[in-house]
Amino acid sequence: MIGDRARRIEDPVLLRGAGRFAADTVRSGELHMRVVRSPVAHGRIVKVDVSQALLLDGVVTAWTFDDIAELPAIGFRLTPRPELIPYRQPVLARREVRYVGEPVAVVFATSAYLAEDGAELVDVEIEPGQAHLQADTEPIPWIDAEQATWASNTGDQVAAQDSEATTFVEEYGDIDAAFAKADRLVKKGTHRVFTTEARIGRHTAVPMECRGLVASYDESDQLLVVDGAAKVPFWNREAIAAMVGLPPHRVVVRETHVGGGFGPRGELYPEDVLVTVAAMRLRRPIKWIEDRQEHLVATNHSRGQHHRIQALVRVEDGFIEAMDAEFFLDQGAYVRTHGATVASLTASMLPGPYVIPHFRARARVRLTHKTPAGTYRSPGRYEGTFARERLVDTIARELGLDPATVRRTNFIPADKMPFERPIQAMGTHLVHDSGDYALLLDKVSERFDFPGIRAEVEGRRAQGELVGFGFGYFVEKSGIGPFEGARVAVDGAGQVTISCGASSVGQGVDTVLAQVVADGLQISHEPIRVVRGRTDLFEYGRGAFATRLAVMAGSAAAIATEALAEKARRVAAHEFKVSFEEVELVEGGVEVRENRAQRLTLGEIAQLLEPMNAAAMKEEPGFSADGWFRTDHMTYPYGLHAAVVSIDRETGHLAIERFIVGYDVGRALNPTLVEGQITGGVAQGIGGAVYEEFLYSEDGTPLCTTFMDYLIPTVREMPDVEILLTEDAPSPLNPLGVKGAGEGGTTAVAAAIGSAVDDALRIPGAITSVPIRPLLLRRLVDQVSIP
Amino acid sequence: MTTPLRLYVNGDRYDLDVEPRRTLADALRDDCGLTGTHLGCEHGVCGACTVLVDGQPVRACLMFAVQAEGSSVRTVEGLAPDDDTLHPVQQAFWDNHGLQCGFCTPGFLTLITGYLEENPTANEEELRDVLSSNLCRCTGYQNIIKAALAAQRTMNAESGAEPAEQAPA
Repeated sequence: MIGDRARRIEDPVLLRGAGRFAADTVRSGELHMRVVRSPVAHGRIVKVDVSQALLLDGVVTAWTFDDIAELPAIGFRLTPRPELIPYRQPVLARREVRYVGEPVAVVFATSAYLAEDGAELVDVEIEPGQAHLQADTEPIPWIDAEQATWASNTGDQVAAQDSEATTFVEEYGDIDAAFAKADRLVKKGTHRVFTTEARIGRHTAVPMECRGLVASYDESDQLLVVDGAAKVPFWNREAIAAMVGLPPHRVVVRETHVGGGFGPRGELYPEDVLVTVAAMRLRRPIKWIEDRQEHLVATNHSRGQHHRIQALVRVEDGFIEAMDAEFFLDQGAYVRTHGATVASLTASMLPGPYVIPHFRARARVRLTHKTPAGTYRSPGRYEGTFARERLVDTIARELGLDPATVRRTNFIPADKMPFERPIQAMGTHLVHDSGDYALLLDKVSERFDFPGIRAEVEGRRAQGELVGFGFGYFVEKSGIGPFEGARVAVDGAGQVTISCGASSVGQGVDTVLAQVVADGLQISHEPIRVVRGRTDLFEYGRGAFATRLAVMAGSAAAIATEALAEKARRVAAHEFKVSFEEVELVEGGVEVRENRAQRLTLGEIAQLLEPMNAAAMKEEPGFSADGWFRTDHMTYPYGLHAAVVSIDRETGHLAIERFIVGYDVGRALNPTLVEGQITGGVAQGIGGAVYEEFLYSEDGTPLCTTFMDYLIPTVREMPDVEILLTEDAPSPLNPLGVKGAGEGGTTAVAAAIGSAVDDALRIPGAITSVPIRPLLLRRLVDQVSIP
Repeated sequence: MTTPLRLYVNGDRYDLDVEPRRTLADALRDDCGLTGTHLGCEHGVCGACTVLVDGQPVRACLMFAVQAEGSSVRTVEGLAPDDDTLHPVQQAFWDNHGLQCGFCTPGFLTLITGYLEENPTANEEELRDVLSSNLCRCTGYQNIIKAALAAQRTMNAESGAEPAEQAPA
């Protein structure tokens, strides 16, 4: 069962259109909220007048900052560095606006149409200021002491702040000493110093379902019920309870179906606070459904980073002795719930699969007048992998070495696993738990015949085509703790329910958990019911992020199942008056080994565990068991992306002809779902490498606010992704041996395509930024001297 | 200001009173209670709201409800013949892992159903061309193509139509 290509248990409901996504919850008497957003990137608010909106029939009320002035700025969920606190976002714009799309006012009306009509009648007057759009130029004054003090909300005076929200260093070895001897080594000819740059365009997840939330206060139950949550409902319950002034047990947050997550969706945003506060104040159900134009300016952006790397490299074999990196992260106008997560992960994961004895990364998180940024699938690794792998390609070409050989030279050897890098990642010690990086490179090269691909590419080049082949190698991380729990329960009919604190963003977690439990109980996974994402039906849950649920919830489910099986055996042993050792679990029942006719089904065992009978057996009533999995360390899957691309000389069109992924996930709980994660991840990676970027005019007006100008790949842009899944390095850190599969499809896409484009053009180091647009390729094609 | 409207959806008659500006998508979702039709962009690009109007795939977000007066509308809820059986396209999506979050799925199901009913012998290249009119953010499309081809085989076997031409190499 574990490891089977089982069909998903989520699908029949979704296929019939019976799913309940955020907009599908309807409550009688509901009011619809519409957000009035700043049309200006930076400016002083002169006036926000809602009086005309209030005159419209159907508009119930409208709020500006003054109406919610007592609400604090939104806090951090992850990586909460104290110096970031003054940069937090108010729920509605306070005195100034700092990006186009910033919520300035909200209108509540009896229909979505009327709410939108009302919003158009709100008179917003803003005195525009200069828009600051570059994160890699010198910091500018950003907020005055009054705003910084307000946003910090500690009672202490806070000084004015500039646009560098934070800068910090992750390092190990002795980088200064390493570079101090560089001059001598370079003169001697044994070493060279390489300096490279890499830029990753600002783009983001853009799930197909926009955000939305429905909240209502149930007077009868004395409960605030919030539907449409995603990703981190348990954390959001605490945050919402604090915002609305209720104890957490009076707030129920429920995840319904979620139309894609990928990082941004499910975090606590200003709109979520407004919906829940309005439900309390107005005592009517409040519904807010974001539209796509809003989504593209309001929901977290991501990625925009500029890297500079200096590396000291041994000439003989390309071994990287030292890497000194600095990068600038375009944070946008505020620091939201992710705190410094992306910068922190960029820094700590930058060395990737390589030893690199001396390392330093300086992060600079800088504010700009753009939509605030947060995490997006493979945060920090997509960016850092592009920067690092471009460097490795540069080293190989400059030293005349084979790119695969240079990587082998630098790999952490398999016999050094587990390999501790004295550095922190998401607050944990970074220990590569297991891996054989060279083996995966061998296997992928053999399976997909890299020499054959190379020969074919050379053949086509001889015919005058601009075609190239390249690859990138990466290490991912997954399974962050600190805990996850699961309860497995069986009813009198023998039917199994898993309750847990996991969340689904569409990735198939229900199926995987059902497979884990079905495996332990030797039953079919399809009838199993999975309850998750509901704060009223389980006590704790950390959420669906950082590729953690197969590891964390999967392990918890396995542990719970083991406990349940033990309870089943105790009951059967008691019933048949034999010892515990004499019974075993076989296909959804417990049998006496020496007399198989003596068998109890799971349903019969559940019936025996009704409270009176259970007491007689000295068992807790009910046939259920809890399992908790705790860990201090992440697991580190790893992989390789390779691409064959061709370039049209006339149009600059870049065709991705083949895309190959090799990925070691330790153990694939359901290979079909793992491949699905990888293929979908590749599509998003291709988006960022070739098509997607949020562009702005000089005054900070966003130019990509529809799907006509923010280009998500369609089936036409997608090659068939060719995948080799391996299980050569199971994780020693969890009972399943599993590593997460959610992000490795995305990580090295830009790196691989950049490498292949360089190769096609035969201009080493041509590609230093993504997305790679036709205009750039047209310009580069003109420099190609070879016919 | 509202106007009376008669819609036939999945074989049922709905007598509604709608504003002229109400979209067909909102009428289906909010007035008919058929929330399987999803809104992903409301500007006609993503195709999540695709429904069949008199057999033709249309973007329900770009059509006013009143424009569907007297038309026969088929939504995702109207694809499966009964509670125990899925439509061949739905079944193929299940068998081929053609969905993850499932939000764009109704639009793909109706698009493929409408297209294959009209073009049973379409080849893979033609199918890819048609499917490029809808967006999916989860799957990378590979399994959607597989599912569409599998559904075509089932539908043609059921109807006795000629097998699909092979796509040119």
